[in-house]
Amino acid sequence: MKAVLMAGLAGLLFAVGLGIGGMTDPARVMGFLDVAGAWDPSLLFLMAGAVGTHAVLRRFVLRRPQPVLAPAFPKLAQTRVDRKLVGGAALFGIGWGLAGYCPGPALVSVAKGAPTVLLFVAAMLAGMSLFRGWESAMLRRKPLGPAAGGPPIGGPRAGEGERQHVGSTS
Amino acid sequence: MNPFLLSLLGGVLIGISASLLLLFNGRIAGVSGITAGIVTPASGDVAWRAAFVGGLVLGGALLAVFLPRALGAPVVSGVGVPVLAGLFVGFGSRLGGGCTSGHGVCGVARGATRSLVATSVFVATGMGTVFVMRHLMGGA
Repeated sequence: MKAVLMAGLAGLLFAVGLGIGGMTDPARVMGFLDVAGAWDPSLLFLMAGAVGTHAVLRRFVLRRPQPVLAPAFPKLAQTRVDRKLVGGAALFGIGWGLAGYCPGPALVSVAKGAPTVLLFVAAMLAGMSLFRGWESAMLRRKPLGPAAGGPPIGGPRAGEGERQHVGSTS
Repeated sequence: MNPFLLSLLGGVLIGISASLLLLFNGRIAGVSGITAGIVTPASGDVAWRAAFVGGLVLGGALLAVFLPRALGAPVVSGVGVPVLAGLFVGFGSRLGGGCTSGHGVCGVARGATRSLVATSVFVATGMGTVFVMRHLMGGA
């Protein structure tokens, strides 16, 4: 229960940070992405503030043997860059540039109830489900063996492990 | 306050939030991954995910009351563009294993190569998309 409450508080603080920092204003996001127009670099400061703060604090956090309310810290050893990573990030960026929303700011903006935001969020959730369906279909098509591009159990397991990185890191 | 300082302050709050989630829950503050775990539940840990997303929405409600200009008006309209954008963001974030928070903040903060690459790629294609829409097609 405490863990659920803390997650809720973290979400709340995250939303306030996004709001104060300008990420929940799609015009600002578009201004940041519009390098050939009147470029607005202010969101670089948001990025720097978030990355810098987390880079320092996570070091202190990870000195603990375990999280306060959970059994273990996530294992995030994989650093392999593959086509899925690059292709997925490319698609993501196109969607981000089309509407000026990424997942966090879109969810924060739901509260305001603009039809465009609700449509975007519904489509985003559908896109996540579609990925799940596509992923299971791919795994069924090449279940085991060398065709999967790895050791026998490596096919599905590797995919799952990646999603784990994915699922728990993103 | 100066928009650069406000953005920096907002970023610091995001960094603190991500660190609190790691400290207490042992979780990475990646919004797309957290959300996807509710949409397609695989593990039995929906509660904390729902709470985090609930916190985001509640935070949005607080912003709407106390800082209404933070929630800017959408820059696109109609049905086609928002739906296409949402589908790309949802599918792409899962395929690429993260979004602006998971890769862009948490992954970059820990110096992960995957996240540095993903962040560079989505910022580049985002900029490319805006360039095409605004300067080649003259829309949006």
